[in-house]
Amino acid sequence: MKPCTFSLPDGSAVRIADLLPTNLLNGMALSACVGTGAAEIDAALPWGGLPRGLHEIAAPAGDPAKAAFAASLAARRSGDGGRPILWCRPGWVARQAGDPYGPGIAALGLSPDTLILVEAAKPADLLWAMEEGAKTRGLAAVVAEGVTPDLIASRRLQLAAETGDGLVLLLPFGRQKVPSTASTRWFLRSLPSQPEAGGPGLPRWGIELWRCRGGGRLGEWIVEWDDAALSLSMVSQLVDRPLAETGRDIDGSAGPEGAGSRRHTTDGDQQKGEEIRPLRRHEAG
Amino acid sequence: MKLADARALVPGLAVADAMPEADGQALAALAGWCTRYSPWTATDGEDGIRLEITGCAHLFGGEAGIVADMARRLHAFGVGARGAIADTPAAAWGWARFRPRKAGPILKAGDTASLLSLPAMALRLEPESLETLATLGLDTVRSVADLPRGPLTRRLGDTVLGRLDRMFGRTAEPISPHIPADPWVTRLIFAEPIGRREDIDAAAERLLAHLCREMGRKGQGARRLNLAFYRVDGEVRHIGVGTSHPSHTPAHIMRLFAERLDTVDPGFGIEAMVLEATETQPLTAEQTGFSVSGEMDMAALAGLIDRLQNRLGRSRVLRLLPVESHLPERAERREPAVPRRKGRKVSSSFKVAPIPTIERHSGESRNPVINLRDRGPMDSGFRRNDEDKEGGAEKPRKPLSAWIPPEPPFEKALRPLRLLPDPEPVQATALVPDDPPLVFQWQGRQHRIRVADGPERIGPEWWRPEAEKGSLRRPRDYYRVEDEEGRRFWLYREGLYGAQEEPRWFLHGFFA
Repeated sequence: MKPCTFSLPDGSAVRIADLLPTNLLNGMALSACVGTGAAEIDAALPWGGLPRGLHEIAAPAGDPAKAAFAASLAARRSGDGGRPILWCRPGWVARQAGDPYGPGIAALGLSPDTLILVEAAKPADLLWAMEEGAKTRGLAAVVAEGVTPDLIASRRLQLAAETGDGLVLLLPFGRQKVPSTASTRWFLRSLPSQPEAGGPGLPRWGIELWRCRGGGRLGEWIVEWDDAALSLSMVSQLVDRPLAETGRDIDGSAGPEGAGSRRHTTDGDQQKGEEIRPLRRHEAG
Repeated sequence: MKLADARALVPGLAVADAMPEADGQALAALAGWCTRYSPWTATDGEDGIRLEITGCAHLFGGEAGIVADMARRLHAFGVGARGAIADTPAAAWGWARFRPRKAGPILKAGDTASLLSLPAMALRLEPESLETLATLGLDTVRSVADLPRGPLTRRLGDTVLGRLDRMFGRTAEPISPHIPADPWVTRLIFAEPIGRREDIDAAAERLLAHLCREMGRKGQGARRLNLAFYRVDGEVRHIGVGTSHPSHTPAHIMRLFAERLDTVDPGFGIEAMVLEATETQPLTAEQTGFSVSGEMDMAALAGLIDRLQNRLGRSRVLRLLPVESHLPERAERREPAVPRRKGRKVSSSFKVAPIPTIERHSGESRNPVINLRDRGPMDSGFRRNDEDKEGGAEKPRKPLSAWIPPEPPFEKALRPLRLLPDPEPVQATALVPDDPPLVFQWQGRQHRIRVADGPERIGPEWWRPEAEKGSLRRPRDYYRVEDEEGRRFWLYREGLYGAQEEPRWFLHGFFA
C-alpha cells in the first residue's frame, strides 16, 4: 500500500504516519495509558504506560506485592473522579491470602470507596464478572485473583477491555506457563527493605517485565514504593536489553533467560504447587 | 359540654381522645371495602361515604337489596351506619341524616315533596348560615326553596342556592372516587404454546417494551420485576430480578432477565407470560447520551452492579465502609454495592460521608490502649494516637474522610494491604517476652525475621458485650515484621506473659 503523504509548502512530502505518535497508530490513545509510577519503566513500554486491555501481574503465592502494584495502577487510573474498581476473587483467595483491607489500601492512593469486591466461587462466574466489568465504560480497572483464563478466555477479556476502554489486571499465583493474550506480563516479588528506625522501611519490590506485545524493552527493576508521592522510586535496574524475541509471544516459552529469572521460574512452579494444596488449618489451642 | 359536666350527667362515661386522622384512615378503608358495591365510591366529609350505584343495584337485588345487604354487613362489622338512596348525592346526604323516623332509606325518583319536608339542616350548610336561617324562621327545606332566588342570594350568599340546586339535581355534583393505581402488569397470551428460547426472548422483549413505555409515560421506574410463565401443564414458573435504581430501559432489564431465562423449563410449552413490576419508584430526570469516554457513566455502572448482583447474589458484590474501631477486623464494614449519583458535595461519587473528628476522638479517649500505656511499651501506634489527638484538638470541627490515611509524618502504612478474615495461628519464637518473634512457622514454611517494628498494643473493646468471649477478650500486641525474603507480615501476640492463659501468636495480614 502506498503510504499517505502530505505536501509541505516547500514542496517536500512527509509521510503522515511520521507525524503521528506511534501510540495512535497502535490504536491506543495516549490518554488511555496509565503510568506505572516510575518513569524508567514507563519508558520501557511502547505505549509510555499500560494501555487498556489485559495485563498479567504475577507474584509468588502469598506475596502481596502484585496486589499493591495492581492497586496503585488502578488508583492512578481511578483518578480524582473516583471511577470504581472491580476486584474479583473466589472466596478461598480471601481466606488464604487475605482481602484488600480498606485502611491499608488507602496508603496506596486507592480510595476504598471506589472498590467493589466481587466474590464468585466458580471460575466461569468469575470470568463472566470480569468480562462484564471490562465491557463497562466508567470502570477504572478490573482486578482478578484466583482465576487463570485460558487462551480463549483471555482473548475474550482483551476484546471486552478494548470495547469498554477497560483495564483488566490478572493477578495469578506464581509465574504463569499458560499462553495468554495479555499485552504485558509482569512478575513481582517483595524484596528486603532498607530498615528504617529499626523497623521495615519502604516496601521494596522487584518488578520484572517479561513479556510485552508491541516491542517493549524487557527488564527487571528494583523499586521502592513511595507512599508520600504515590509513585515508585528506582533503586536499581538489573536487566536491560532490547528484546528481539518479543515476537515469540503466545507460546509461553520466551521468558527471559537471566539467571535471576530462572530462579523465579522454578519458584513459580513451586508456588503453583502450593496454590492447589488446600489451606492447612492449624490447631487452635 | 365540658367533660366534667358530662361525667356528672352519665356516671361511668367512657372517654376516648379524638383521633381525626385515624378516623379518616378508617373511613377511607371502609370506602375501599364499599367498592364491592360500586367502583365509583368516595369518602364524603368526615363521616360519610357516597356511592354511585347507577347500574349496580340489580346485582344485589335492586336498591332495597343493596341497602339491606350493606346494612347487614356493616352491622356485622360493628359499624353503625345509616344509608339512603336518592337521585342526587346531596339529597341522599340529607335523606340519610334527617329523614323522618318512619320513612325508608330509599327516596323514590322525583319525590321532591319528601325532600322539601326535611329540616333546613339537610341542606348541609355552614353553622352561620343555619343560624341566619333559624333567626329568619326558615326551618325546612321548603321554606328556603320557596324564597325568591335573588333576595336569597343577596341575604345569604350563593352557597344556600348552590346546595338547593345540588339537592334537586339542577347542578351536577360529581363523585371523584379514589381509584388505586393500576399495577404494572402486562400479559401476552400465545395462540400456540411456545417453547423455544428465541420465542421466549422475543415475548419477554415485547412485554418489557410495553411495560417500560407505560412506566416511562407515568415517570416510574421498576425496582423489582417478576416474569411468570404459565405452562400448558398448569405449572407456573416465576423469575424475578431487581435493579439498584429505578429503571425503565428495556435493554437493561432484558439483560437482567437474560441471565435467568436459561433456568426456565418450558415443559410442553408456555401458554402465557405475565410481566409485573412489583416495586416501582419515581424516575429522576437524567441526561442521556452525553457521556465522554473515560467519564463515569453512572447508568452503565448501575447496570453492571445489577447484573453482577442478580447472578452472583447481592451479598457477593460488596463495597467497603469505614467503621470507627481500633480493632483491625472491625475497622471496615461491607455492604452490598449501590451506585451513587453524581453531583454530591464530595468530589467522588463513591466517597463515604466524612465522620466528624470530634466523635472520633471522644471514642479514642475511651480507648483502653491509652489506659494500658504505662504498662505497655512505647511504639509507633501509641505515638500516632497521641499526635492524632493533638492534631484533632487544633482543628476539631474539620471533617475527615474516614479513609484518608493519617497526616505526615505518619504516612507510613501502619495497616496492612491485605487482612485475613480469620487471623491464622502461627508458631512463633521470641527471644524475650514482649520482643518481636525471631522466627515463625506458617503454612509449613519457616520465616526468619530480619527486622520488626512494634508492638502496637490493641486492647479489647471492653464496652461491647461480645468482647467478653473468645479471642476478643485479650489484648493484642501487633508487630510489623519482614522476613529474609522481604515479605512483610502483620503478626500479633494475643494475651500477656504471666497471665493464666499462655499467649498465642497469630498472623493477621500482609503489608505491601
